[in-house]
Amino acid sequence: MIRPHRSHPLWYAFLLHRVSGLALVLFLPLHFYVLAFALTQPERLDGFLRWTDYTIVKLAEFGLVFLLAIHIFGGLRLLALEFLPWSPRQKTLAASAVAASFLVSGTFFLQAV
Amino acid sequence: MLDLRLYMAQRISALIMIPLTLGHIAMMIYAVQGGLSAGEILARTQGSLAWMLFYGSFVAAVSVHAAIGLRVILFESFKIKETILNALSWTVFLGLLYMGARAVYAVTAL
Amino acid sequence: MSNIRDMPNGQTMEVRVWRSDGEGGRFEGFDVPQRESQTILDVVSWIQQNADSTLSYRFACRVGMCGSCAMMVNGQPRWTCRTHVKKVLKNNRLTVEPLRNLPVIKDLVADMDPFFDKWVKAEGVFHPSKTRADAIEAISSEHPMRVEADRAIECINCAVCYAACDVVEANPDYLGPAALNRAWTLMNDERDAGHDVRLDAVSQKGGCHNCHSQQSCVRFCPNELNPTASIAGLKRETAKSFFRRRD
Ligand code: SF4
Ligand code: SF4
Ligand code: FES
Repeated sequence: MIRPHRSHPLWYAFLLHRVSGLALVLFLPLHFYVLAFALTQPERLDGFLRWTDYTIVKLAEFGLVFLLAIHIFGGLRLLALEFLPWSPRQKTLAASAVAASFLVSGTFFLQAV
Repeated sequence: MLDLRLYMAQRISALIMIPLTLGHIAMMIYAVQGGLSAGEILARTQGSLAWMLFYGSFVAAVSVHAAIGLRVILFESFKIKETILNALSWTVFLGLLYMGARAVYAVTAL
Repeated sequence: MSNIRDMPNGQTMEVRVWRSDGEGGRFEGFDVPQRESQTILDVVSWIQQNADSTLSYRFACRVGMCGSCAMMVNGQPRWTCRTHVKKVLKNNRLTVEPLRNLPVIKDLVADMDPFFDKWVKAEGVFHPSKTRADAIEAISSEHPMRVEADRAIECINCAVCYAACDVVEANPDYLGPAALNRAWTLMNDERDAGHDVRLDAVSQKGGCHNCHSQQSCVRFCPNELNPTASIAGLKRETAKSFFRRRD
C-alpha cells in the first residue's frame, strides 16, 4: 500500500525512476557477461541470442526497453527541473515521459516480432 | 547520501549518457529487425574504433551513474554506515567498469 | 460554545487520536459531534474540552498565520486550523497524529527542535553586508532576484513540508524543504553577505543535493510555496560554484 502522503503523480514518477534505475543496474552485469562471450565463445553468445526468438523473452525485452526509456525521459525531466527555469507543468511532463517511453518500447516490440 | 561532488558526478554522467542511450535505443530498434544473431552484431562492431569509443564512454558513464544511484538507494533503504557505503559504491563502480570494458572489447576488437 | 450549531441530525464522526507520553503510544477513539463548518483543530479542541482534558496539542492563531497547529490527518500533513473536516473526512472517520519525521513530546505535540536547528545549519540566517552608518539600500520590487525571493518568502514554519518529505525520513541529516527554501530566499537577497558560507552549508552531506524532487513538499505546503523549485535553484548555484571555485 502506498502511504497517503505519497499518493500523488510526481511521487509515482519518482518511484518509476527509482525502480527502473534499480532494475537496469541489476540487468547490466548480465548484459555485459553475455556480450563478453563474443570474443571467446561466439557459439554461447548465439545460444543466448536464440532465446530472444521466444515471445516471452521478447516481452521481457519490451519491458527492459521501456525501463531504459522511462529512466532517460524521466531523467530528462529531472535535469530540466534542476537546470532550466522552473516549469509549472511537472505532471504533464512526467506523463509525457511515460507516453514517449511506451512509444519507443512499443516500436521496438513491433520491430522485434 | 550525496554531497556536491557525488551530485556533479551523477548529473554529468547522466548528461553524457543522454545522446548515447538514445543512440543505443535507435540501434536496438534497427538491429532487432529479423532477429538477433552474434554474426550480424559482430560484423557491424568488430574492428570499429567509433563503436569502441561510443560504447566505451557509455560503459564509463554508466558505471559512475549506477554506482552513485545504488549508493543512494542502499543508504535510504538500509541506513548503511558511510565507510561501508563508500566501499560498496567503489565495488559496484569498478565491477561494472571491468565487466563493461570486457564486453566492449569483446564486441569491438578485431 | 452556544454560538456553534450542531448539525440538525446530531451526527457524530469517529476520530482516532494518537496518545503518547513520548515513548511508544496508541490510538484512542472518540465520537465527536459534526458541525456544519468545522476544522480539524475544532475537532481536537472539542475532544480536549469535552472528552479528555489531558489531551495535549499545539495552536495559537487559529487563522493560518503562526504555523503551530500542523498534524497528520488521515496520514497527510495539514495545518489543522484551516483544514475543514468536510475536505478530509473519509467513511466518517478521521485519524489525527503528531507530525511525521519529528520526535513526539506528548500526544499531538511534536518536538520542533530538529526542524529549527536545521534552519540554522542551512545558514537560513541573514549575514549583514553593511553597518547602521550606511545608507539603506534601495531594492526594486521588480528586480529578478527580489521576484525570486518573493515567491518563497511566505513560509510560516509549520513543518508540513518536513513531514511530507521522504528524504527527511530516510536521511536524518537532510536539511529539509523549509530550511533549504529559506536559504534560497537569502541567496536572492542582494544585501546578504553570506552567499559562499551558505552554498557550503547546503552542500554538506545532508544538503540540497539529496532532494529527489518528489514534490510532496509542494503538494502539501499550505501556503502554496514551491520548496522544490527553491532547492533546484540551490542545486544550480552550487553546481556553478563547483566550477567557479576550481579555477
Ligand atoms: S521535493 Fe525534495 S524536499 Fe520536497 S518532499 Fe521531495 S525530496 Fe523532500
Ligand atoms: S515551506 Fe510551506 S509547508 Fe514548509 S514550513 Fe514553510 S509554509 Fe510550512
Ligand atoms: S493555529 Fe496558527 S496556523 Fe494554525
